[in-house]
Amino acid sequence: MDVLLLSRLQFALTVAYHFLFVPLTIGFALLVAVLETMYVRSGDARYKSMAKFWGKLFTINFVLGVVTGLTMEFQFGTNWSEYSKFMGDIFGSPLAVEALMAFFLESTFISIWIFGWERLSKKAHLFAAWMVALGTHLSAIWIIVANGWMQNPVGYVLRNGRAELVDFMAVLKNSYAWHMYSHVILSAYVLSGFVVLGICAYHLLRKQNIEFFKSSFRIGLVIALVGILGVVLTGHFNGQNTARMQPSKFAAMEAIWDTERGVSAYLITVPSEKSESNPVEAIGVPGLTSFLAFNNFNAKIKGLKDIPLAKRPPVALTFWSFRIMVLLGFYFLVMVALGWYLQTKNRLLDSTRFLKLLLYSIPLPYVAINLGWTVTEVGRQPWTVYGLMTTAKSVSVVPASNVMFSLAAVIVLYSLLVILDFYLIAKNAKKGPEPIGEALDEPTASHSEFALSGNS
Amino acid sequence: MLEELLPSIWFFLWGLVWAIYFSLDGFNLGVGILARFLPQKEQNKLIGSLGPFWDGNEVWLITAGGVTFAAFPKLYAVMFSSLYLPLIIILISLVFRAVAIEFYRQSDDVNWQKAWATILSVGSFLVALLFGVAFGNIFQGLLLDANGYHGSVFSLLNPYGILTGVLFVLIFSYNGSLWFSHKTGSKKGFTIARKIYAPMLVAAVLFLVSTAFSTTLWGNFFSKPLLFVVPLLAVASLLATRGLLSRGNAAGSLLTGSLAVLLTVITTIIGLFPNMFPSKIDPAYSLTAFNASSSPYTLKIMLAATIVFLPVVLIYQVWHYKLFAPARIDEELKY
Repeated sequence: MDVLLLSRLQFALTVAYHFLFVPLTIGFALLVAVLETMYVRSGDARYKSMAKFWGKLFTINFVLGVVTGLTMEFQFGTNWSEYSKFMGDIFGSPLAVEALMAFFLESTFISIWIFGWERLSKKAHLFAAWMVALGTHLSAIWIIVANGWMQNPVGYVLRNGRAELVDFMAVLKNSYAWHMYSHVILSAYVLSGFVVLGICAYHLLRKQNIEFFKSSFRIGLVIALVGILGVVLTGHFNGQNTARMQPSKFAAMEAIWDTERGVSAYLITVPSEKSESNPVEAIGVPGLTSFLAFNNFNAKIKGLKDIPLAKRPPVALTFWSFRIMVLLGFYFLVMVALGWYLQTKNRLLDSTRFLKLLLYSIPLPYVAINLGWTVTEVGRQPWTVYGLMTTAKSVSVVPASNVMFSLAAVIVLYSLLVILDFYLIAKNAKKGPEPIGEALDEPTASHSEFALSGNS
Repeated sequence: MLEELLPSIWFFLWGLVWAIYFSLDGFNLGVGILARFLPQKEQNKLIGSLGPFWDGNEVWLITAGGVTFAAFPKLYAVMFSSLYLPLIIILISLVFRAVAIEFYRQSDDVNWQKAWATILSVGSFLVALLFGVAFGNIFQGLLLDANGYHGSVFSLLNPYGILTGVLFVLIFSYNGSLWFSHKTGSKKGFTIARKIYAPMLVAAVLFLVSTAFSTTLWGNFFSKPLLFVVPLLAVASLLATRGLLSRGNAAGSLLTGSLAVLLTVITTIIGLFPNMFPSKIDPAYSLTAFNASSSPYTLKIMLAATIVFLPVVLIYQVWHYKLFAPARIDEELKY
């Protein structure tokens, strides 16, 4: 196996693992901050208990997000050094600003949040919660600004044998980045909402802590609803933006082979890369794809056949990832609507089948989100920076055995971490909240192993 | 004027971020190294004491990486691909170290805790040692030509590289044991620190001496003798930390011990200037602050961002350390 393939695999895997942790961090940071605000405003200890319960799951997950991000950052240097040499003048600064502006904020205030209940006033502690939420949202801005530049390079010139930054504001205002940002953040809310709903469903099925999980369910519903409506809307604008700026990705997403006007949308399509056509196309609406992409039923869309083979992304992977992501999106919409209905009619506790479905749906937003990244990243191939630098030219000149070692390490160790993370989250989720009295009168009597009184 | 100065400014900012990282995460790594060698009860306290701190310290490393990438992209590319395997092992160790700190307290099971404490110790040891080896090799220069690096992992494991690694391990462990006494009031930290001090001093003297023979780091100092103040202060801190240790002043001893790390790293950074990744083969192939830096425009943008955000970061990090200064480990561990 060659270095390019190994490095691509390693990059895809490390992003995918990292991206199992990050969306939950984004959504839960906001959830916890909102719950704690409700506690501080109402003085109702139940909200504190909720903030602590969901916050605990948040912190376990947060650690994994931080450490898997570390590998991500240094990988640009280890595995993609040619890219770093050529693009570092532009690409490095968002990452540096991300560390300076967001990571310090997150890491400092998360530990203040975790360990500071007794050391800070209610309001100061609440402030820490909001700083964590701000940090997670800011950090997403910078990393997506960096990625957005790779999707749609702006504000640079080619000089001294590399791409040099000439307009930082253009990089920051890149429309591609902001389309992605809104979609990513909202999908993080969908994921977080479904994790909350799934865990609530688990407890409601067992009829334990009913009041606690019914209120949590309502909050989970609101997050998931805001998220999914936003995801559908921003997904639409994202698609339109892609059609304008990355025609080859758009053609692959929709499996459009011939450049045509008035392209139809089909409910069922099966593309074939070999024959450069779609052997199966059924139940179509004429001109719909053209309309969705350009607000015009007769708009012309560039087909894959008009893009040289060497500049086409892998069609099947892009197409199916996109299709399944969209289908999952509609599934989430239906589930949220159903949940809303049952909740308003107060029939939640009797709807065991629905609750079970919710519980088993927890992995689905993770799948959807990673498929979304697959569309974004695989659809951009063969480019690292769209139209400017290919992936093949970006890779480091290092021995393949080195990359094989690191790839094997990543697969084995990260899988172990994922299993541990889900095990711990599930363990804590199943345990349920601490009794409210305990949340009120801290410090509590601690477990025997940890009782270390009289040492300070 | 500013355009010519910018790479130099960034060179020293780059060095400063690394120095802060090593002085802060240094004692955290030391705590990690020691963790497995203490009885269960002390292990609990020790690992618990890292809870509020390790994460913020590690961000200094992320920042060091980010600064390298943004201000010296060519260095970032050549350095990290040249040192591929050691860096991957450091990263894996860092991942597991952090996970160990957080997961340790998730269960009361003795075997669970033993396993994570072992992982923490091994991970922390490897990070300290390999960072030392990597920096030691940078100080003496690498087999670098126009086509990049030509050594292997084993050529990195030369006497001077290993010596630097050992020095890192010893000085971090020393500071880690002082942190232990500072946070818990336990005498055990002092006992360990006293045992480590002599070998650490020997390693430091060996390092200073062999630096004169194996590297060109002292060149800048001889051309501007005033700069000798920095290494002299480093030595003074190293001696002062022993005095404070004898008086049972854990906080003071830890502070001077960490200052010794900070000043030692700054000394080496001054000695390197303007080299960042020197070539042993021919200085023409060395990466310097001037031939590896970003465009003046990028450096200016980054400098503006740093001037705005770095003071803010320092303010809340200091506040954070103050907030958690009183030792209340039982509570910190319990969460």
